Amino acid sequence: MQAEMRTRMLRVGLLSGLVLAASPAHAFIAYVSNEKSNTVSVIDTESWTVTKTIKVGQRPRGIDFTRDGKFVMVAVGDDDTIQMIDAKTQAVVDTLPSGPDPELFAQDAAGKTLYVANENDNTVTVIDLEKRARLGDIQVGVEPEGMTISPDGKTLINTSETTNMAHFIDTSSRQIVANVLVDARPRFAEFKHDASELWVSSEIGGTVSIVDPGKHEVIGKVTFEIPGLRKEAIQPVGIGMTKDDKTAFVALGPANRVAVVDTATRKVTKYLLVGQRVWHMAFTPDEKYLLTTNGVSNDVSVIDVAAQKVIKTIQVGELPWGITIAP
Amino acid sequence: MIRWLVGLIGLALAATQALAADPIEIGVGYLGVAGTKSTLSLVEQPADNDGLAGARLAIEDNNTTGKFLNQHFTLEERRIKEGEDPVQAATALAEKNGFIIADLPADALLKVSDALRDRGTLLFNAGAIDDRLREADCRANVIHAAPTRSMLADALGQYLVWKKWSRWLLVVGSHDADKLYADALRRAATRFGAKIVQDRTFEDTGGARRTDSGVTLIQRQMPVFTQQAPAYDVLVAADESEVFAAYLPYRTWDPRPVAGSAGLMPRSWDAAQDQWGATQMQNRFMKLNSRRMTALDMQAWTAVRMIGEATSRTNSGDVKKVTDFIRGPDFSVAAFKGTKLTLRDWNLQLRQPILLVDGRMVVSVSPQEGFLHQVSELDTLGYDRPESKCKLK
Repeated sequence: MQAEMRTRMLRVGLLSGLVLAASPAHAFIAYVSNEKSNTVSVIDTESWTVTKTIKVGQRPRGIDFTRDGKFVMVAVGDDDTIQMIDAKTQAVVDTLPSGPDPELFAQDAAGKTLYVANENDNTVTVIDLEKRARLGDIQVGVEPEGMTISPDGKTLINTSETTNMAHFIDTSSRQIVANVLVDARPRFAEFKHDASELWVSSEIGGTVSIVDPGKHEVIGKVTFEIPGLRKEAIQPVGIGMTKDDKTAFVALGPANRVAVVDTATRKVTKYLLVGQRVWHMAFTPDEKYLLTTNGVSNDVSVIDVAAQKVIKTIQVGELPWGITIAP
Repeated sequence: MIRWLVGLIGLALAATQALAADPIEIGVGYLGVAGTKSTLSLVEQPADNDGLAGARLAIEDNNTTGKFLNQHFTLEERRIKEGEDPVQAATALAEKNGFIIADLPADALLKVSDALRDRGTLLFNAGAIDDRLREADCRANVIHAAPTRSMLADALGQYLVWKKWSRWLLVVGSHDADKLYADALRRAATRFGAKIVQDRTFEDTGGARRTDSGVTLIQRQMPVFTQQAPAYDVLVAADESEVFAAYLPYRTWDPRPVAGSAGLMPRSWDAAQDQWGATQMQNRFMKLNSRRMTALDMQAWTAVRMIGEATSRTNSGDVKKVTDFIRGPDFSVAAFKGTKLTLRDWNLQLRQPILLVDGRMVVSVSPQEGFLHQVSELDTLGYDRPESKCKLK
């Protein structure tokens, strides 16, 4: 296994060198939350190295840039807050009143309102990002987790892990307008860019449900099968959708793979072997690369999106969980 | 698959349309025995509402989900005293409740299940770990949320063998339950290639579990009791009756770890379990009950959640429909153990990972890596289909 890894890395090193040489690509900066070491690793996508490790609060998980690109928000669940990292100085400069145990969050298109899933008290907290003040709560199902906003900004989606639903929330009235039952332990939700479909991953159910956001119906399901791997190990979590909506990438947790899904046929076309217990992912803005966080192997895999190949592995902190890349 | 999808679509529609009507009422009964057993360790003394507290939390969880589906769950609680007839109490509960969570000794559970068979009431065994309830004495109207002794023993056995502690000194209490646990441990040793170097019995000569004289005597007794043993790696104690096992750690003649009824213990749940999102569950439980969650609480929680899972998937409170769904191939329930829990269709036992705990931490979770199975690795724990004596009726 070790030897295999090394050859893979070697090959990968050569390949990525080639790719980089061929196109003097833009360098981007990725931020990775390390759940166990209470740090955020900063990765430079030109050298593919960790350039800085930022100390943050306890149990950092959900992580995202503010729309203006000035701050990185990271949910530090065990400190019951969201910390703001100044992207320039790469230091924690402020906190947001998120409510207890924040994990994942979503912001509206204007970057003014932030919606936070609070797992401990079955609520979604609404925060005014400019004033950094709490605006209110929305009652949802048991253990809210996945959060996303429709491309038109009108609908907030929250998934609740024990209730097994995707809640559709009207962002203007802050009322639930529909609840769609999906498979067990829904963890992550992602819209197609054209808003025609909502994809919801079910970690324990082992599927991705495709929901019609207008009709509030499950219209299809993506299933996974990996020869030689027990079904229970396939636990879909993070989802990444290419801008043309043609290809979806689904992180399969302890299956140590990312599935490449053709969104037209809703079938898996390829499984990419990444690190152990893959959680979440983020595209570079030019969509050349997709970075995944691998919780158990403490690294980040770099996927060449066009080639659909893993080209590099970068060691980060302990139990990497979330990832975001500067716009 | 397609039929299932259509069903889901229907459900989603129903979920959004049904809000105005009166909610579907789903009654769940809880039948337990009053009073708690006495333990050697004061910190392990169960609370009066042990088990029941888990059912109460699951009712809350089900109702949070139920408000989106127009379903409402209620819990009717009944604790019988010694000498009271369990059948009478169960029959009274069955008047209003289609589902009953039972924390009863094996014989009482069998009486109740036979008495309620024709009513169609579905029973959930949350407390009894006896293998015979899933084997020769299995019943078609009893779902087992509690693990079996053999599952617990196998979970421990796999870990000890993985650790290469394969020479066991087995010490068995003198009560029936201790002997049954010892049988399960012997079976685990045979299955996974451990060797029991010697089998000793600890006679219960009676006496109080707490005395003013304290540990002085125990400190003299335990080294003497464990001396002159053949070479061994780990002392495995079978003491469900709480007579001696908790006295063994740090007092064995040879410096050896203890497992089984003390030291490293197999449990369906532990207050220290914080993996796979369990922290939220532990916090919810603590908030509701002002104490930590035990294995029995978890087994009762899981039983009530199984009902909630089936009522939400079928969008129905009908006992027959719910029972058919739980017994069918599409049923699974999530219970913070890193994998979905499903039912063994041949004896209605819930498959589940087993935690190995030391009283402070979760040391490991079985099945251990490398113990393979053609259907589910969870079936490496306990009696498997080919060896089952169960004929559901």
